[in-house]
Amino acid sequence: MMDYQFNIADLCFALPELFLLGAISVILLLDLFVSERFQNLTYYLTLATLAVMGYFAAGLIGESTVIFDGTFVLDSVASTFKVFIAGFSIVAMVYSRYYLRVHSLLKGEYFVLVLLSVLGMMVMASAHSLLTVYLGLEIMSLSLYTMIAIARDRAVAVEAALKYFILGAIASGLLLYGMSMIYGVTGSLNIADIASFAMISSLTSEQVLILNFGLVFLVIGVAFKFGAVPFHMWVPDVYHGAPTSVTMFLSTVPKIAATVMLVRLLIDGLGGLQAYWADLFMILAILSIGLGSLVALMQTNIKRLLAYSTISHIGFILLGFTTGVVEGYGAAAFYVLAYVLMSLAAFGTIIVLNKQGFEADQIVDFRGLSKHSPWFALIMLFVMLSMAGVPPFIGFYSKLFILQQVVSAGYIYLAVAAVVFAVISAYYYLQIIKTMYFDDAEKEFSVTAPLDMRIILSINGTLILVIGLMPSYWMELAISLF
Amino acid sequence: MESLLSLLIWLPIVGAVSVLVIGNNRSDLARWVSVVVSLVVFALSLNLWAGFDPSIQGMQFVENSAWIPQFNINYHIGIDGISLLLILLTTLSTFLVIIAGWEVIQNRAADYMAAFLIMEGLIIGVFSSLDAILFYVFWEASLIPMLLIVGIWGGQNRVYAAIKFFLYTFLGSVFMLVSLIYMYIQGGSFSLAALNELPLSLTEQSWIFWAFFLAFAVKVPMFPVHTWLPDAHVQAPTGGSVILAAIMLKMGGYGFFRFSLPITPDASSEFAIIVIALSLIAIVYIGFVALVQKDMKKLIAYSSISHMGFVTLGVFALFSIVKMGTDGQIYSIAGGSLESVYLGLEGAMIQMISHGFISAALFLVVGVLYERLHSREISSYGGVINSMPKFTGFAVLFALANAGLPGTSGFVGEFMVILGSLQANFWYAFFAAMILIVGAAYTLWMVKRVFWGPIVNSDVSTLSDINAREFIVLAILAVAVLAVGVYPQPLIEVMHVSMVSLLEQALTTKLPVAL
Repeated sequence: MMDYQFNIADLCFALPELFLLGAISVILLLDLFVSERFQNLTYYLTLATLAVMGYFAAGLIGESTVIFDGTFVLDSVASTFKVFIAGFSIVAMVYSRYYLRVHSLLKGEYFVLVLLSVLGMMVMASAHSLLTVYLGLEIMSLSLYTMIAIARDRAVAVEAALKYFILGAIASGLLLYGMSMIYGVTGSLNIADIASFAMISSLTSEQVLILNFGLVFLVIGVAFKFGAVPFHMWVPDVYHGAPTSVTMFLSTVPKIAATVMLVRLLIDGLGGLQAYWADLFMILAILSIGLGSLVALMQTNIKRLLAYSTISHIGFILLGFTTGVVEGYGAAAFYVLAYVLMSLAAFGTIIVLNKQGFEADQIVDFRGLSKHSPWFALIMLFVMLSMAGVPPFIGFYSKLFILQQVVSAGYIYLAVAAVVFAVISAYYYLQIIKTMYFDDAEKEFSVTAPLDMRIILSINGTLILVIGLMPSYWMELAISLF
Repeated sequence: MESLLSLLIWLPIVGAVSVLVIGNNRSDLARWVSVVVSLVVFALSLNLWAGFDPSIQGMQFVENSAWIPQFNINYHIGIDGISLLLILLTTLSTFLVIIAGWEVIQNRAADYMAAFLIMEGLIIGVFSSLDAILFYVFWEASLIPMLLIVGIWGGQNRVYAAIKFFLYTFLGSVFMLVSLIYMYIQGGSFSLAALNELPLSLTEQSWIFWAFFLAFAVKVPMFPVHTWLPDAHVQAPTGGSVILAAIMLKMGGYGFFRFSLPITPDASSEFAIIVIALSLIAIVYIGFVALVQKDMKKLIAYSSISHMGFVTLGVFALFSIVKMGTDGQIYSIAGGSLESVYLGLEGAMIQMISHGFISAALFLVVGVLYERLHSREISSYGGVINSMPKFTGFAVLFALANAGLPGTSGFVGEFMVILGSLQANFWYAFFAAMILIVGAAYTLWMVKRVFWGPIVNSDVSTLSDINAREFIVLAILAVAVLAVGVYPQPLIEVMHVSMVSLLEQALTTKLPVAL
């Protein structure tokens, strides 16, 4: 093995992460010393940190290199996803603040934890070694567990945090187990080495067997982070129990991280075994779409409903990865970004309904929304139709591109099953539209959300329609990633 | 004008957005803006007619620009004679609906008007798309305003009806989407012209045919997937019923013309007999169902299904008239000439236009009564003629047109289809002709119970006759019904060349020719 030479110039390729780490330390310290009156300081510093970090990441788009002794990679997937992670996190923070304030949860730790989990995601995005993947995953997950427990006097939140932690720890263990098997066969933790090893067609049958064993555990780890059936048990309870702003964060940005983890481990690393893991994903995908669509029909809690809806969206994303072609991966990446955009708007609208001392998390809380605040009802209408896959919203195109790749790969029956479940799931999205538009409100309601949140939510909602009308640029971007 | 067609699609949508911005609080302004927009759109569509050259084969007013180049999806629009007539029907109906809803709709008036304008733009988009994905986008998007119209301004059971309507049509169309994607994978293009040329084996064609059939049959609607229609019609506000019957059902018929026949000609020929059987069941059985209805709107809804049966019969009868050999050559034509085929196809088209006028008028008639007495039950009325003589005049005219009285548009389409199908098979014509009897029975019986006879309900005697606004709306439709009935020639001229090329495509096999 060659001796590792540290090159100081390499540090600039990790600038976003290093900056973020520095900023986290500063914010954590500052938060200790500022009084209640300057509480907003932490919030604005967090936004600024995310923005500057996104700017640094954007500046690195186009660079392609492997540094730090092959543990850290910078390519178009990494840089682009980092920019999106930063951008979507900013939106999530703006929505979060209002929720935290009306429920007296506004603490500096919250923002620090968010930044820490973002750091974990950034590390995952650039991981080029099994260890780096695991490191990033744990930084992200541990911060998320704690964020859920931030509402520590709510039993459901604590329960959710504990449940997520225990199941998450098991999944991490399985992932590590799989990694150890792969290390055992290939003798390396470096993803490029693993890839070239797994490509060799002259593997002995024993080596293939052990690789496949390891592969199954990796797939389980990825599926758990995504929340794909049958590793979805934590999703509804955690979504339900966590404070809505945490649910929002949990259901959006980490899904990008899970996608990038899949890309690193399975496409970059075990691309040679694509035929094996694609079959596994096919089963996970169709189960997720089916269960997500059917069980959501019976929910009365909007957060639980969105949990099942997420599961079915995850199924569509995984379908894109089963195709084994660059366009299929691009379609999946497009779907993830579209899903995050829609999910943010959905949770944003739920948060708008919250008030001092009033937790809006039932579908009935949407009653008559179209009369009181027609604009936010319209945004929710866009989101729901988009999630159902009705044109001309972005959700239609993401489904269209996935289906196109699936049919192109020859799995017409999968496409047919997916669209049938999409129709079934349209029923519960329609239920929310019905609640907003067709039912009368029981009580008067006025929106108290601050202006910045209203503006961001309006842009967020409008983008769902606008990108739907002009999806071509974003589609190109998603395909060019791979 | 270069982009007249785009203007027709987007002007109503932009108008609707401005109406939404004006808001429900300034509903009078919103009403005026809507009526002006819809009138301008109608005028523009007449302009389209004036600029249309009926002697040219192929599409006119074509616009084509890249939309999603990665998948070769284009913003490609254009019209032929078939599209033109349906676009005219759309712009006229929307204008009438907006006038008809003037003072009837007090709750959220601006939203109501905006929904109809958006729908107008989307439906014009459906009738002019030459790219399959663009078509699908317009096709699905037009469900959204209708869902809201039924759900917000509908009757007692509106939620059930709105969701049933949406899910039925959504389920129908997703299979169409999958088959469109399949054909894209085969041929590399979503353009209709390319899909028409795409060679497909009989197995492939059969699957695609049934996927299309599901989408279009739900929309028409054909027996046995018609059950959403009575619910949606009864619960929808008057304007919603009018647009649903006059235009949305035509989207299904249009789909058969534009997609099923040219893209899957061999499968259409193969399965024509099933479609014909379902059409005849709809014509006869649904006719009898209409006979026993107690609710006026339900009666007209069933009558719509029965009349739309003529459209599918007229289209698919052509495969019983022209027999294809296995080598793709025409092997026999019943009667020796293609004249009866054209009678069927053009009769189907005229039937669509005529049904658009008549069903719209009948729903408006029921709407006029409903506004006054808030009942759609036939039994609540009786002797309406005593208090509303002018109104009764219109109502009887439209009822007779619905029954197919010669001199009205209802007669022309039905008669052409019956003549055409007579060449195909005597029994088709026989069963189709039965509708003339059953149709007359249920319509005239309704007229008798509602308009003639003694006044049983004392409220009926207090009814006031139609006002100027209602008079104008009904008069425009009456003129249209009579004009098409007496002189249908202009309609036939506009579409004949388009029908010639359609027939050519429908009779050109896509199967590999056996040597």
